Amino acid sequence: MGIKLVFLGRIEDVAGAGELTVPFAASIEAVLADLEPELARALREPRVKLAVNGILLRDTDAPVLRHGDEIAFLPPVSGG
Amino acid sequence: MNAAASDVRLLAAPFDPARELAAFTAAYPEAGGVVSFLGQVRAGDGVEALELRHYEPLTLPAMRALAERVRARWDLDALLVIHRSGVMEPGEPIVLVAAAARHRREAFAAADFAMDHLKSESWFWKREKSAGAWRWIEPREQDFQDIARWE
Repeated sequence: MGIKLVFLGRIEDVAGAGELTVPFAASIEAVLADLEPELARALREPRVKLAVNGILLRDTDAPVLRHGDEIAFLPPVSGG
Repeated sequence: MNAAASDVRLLAAPFDPARELAAFTAAYPEAGGVVSFLGQVRAGDGVEALELRHYEPLTLPAMRALAERVRARWDLDALLVIHRSGVMEPGEPIVLVAAAARHRREAFAAADFAMDHLKSESWFWKREKSAGAWRWIEPREQDFQDIARWE
């Protein structure tokens, strides 16, 4: 199993899809390094928050990924 | 008070705010005051549709956590929070918040706080369709100012 990426908000337009499954990599940095540069740049923006398997990461977190993990990329919310 | 008195829902289909509010007020006759807020898709500016996207693992759990904060801060009999996700047309309801309390001041403040936090902190991404094209909506500065009032 690979890693499932979920793109919310305007990031979906950059990615061209709401979801993407990529080959397994052990860290978020390694996952990003294999993506298109434009998409990786959008995902690295400081205002984009990350959640792994539905748990929001703090800025300092660098989790070790496991097969089948889901990483969500969350740009600033635009409100209900 | 018990946890059952918070009713928090995330809906993918249209809802009838009048019917929801009637059921809510009927369920809490001991509440002397019920304050409600209904948000609907604003017509005009050429907007043809509004879409709210959510992220299942975060959105509803965060709405429930907000309801608990509201319940802890004010002495309420009950709190109702209903929020839509998906595509909506102008005039369609987006959000309904209602707070029931023995006294009106608590109900007004609780509903106001809940709406300010739903608007600025909840996990929704919004886009608008006009002239056939979708456009993502960025956060509004006003929403951050609104929420700062409560700190």
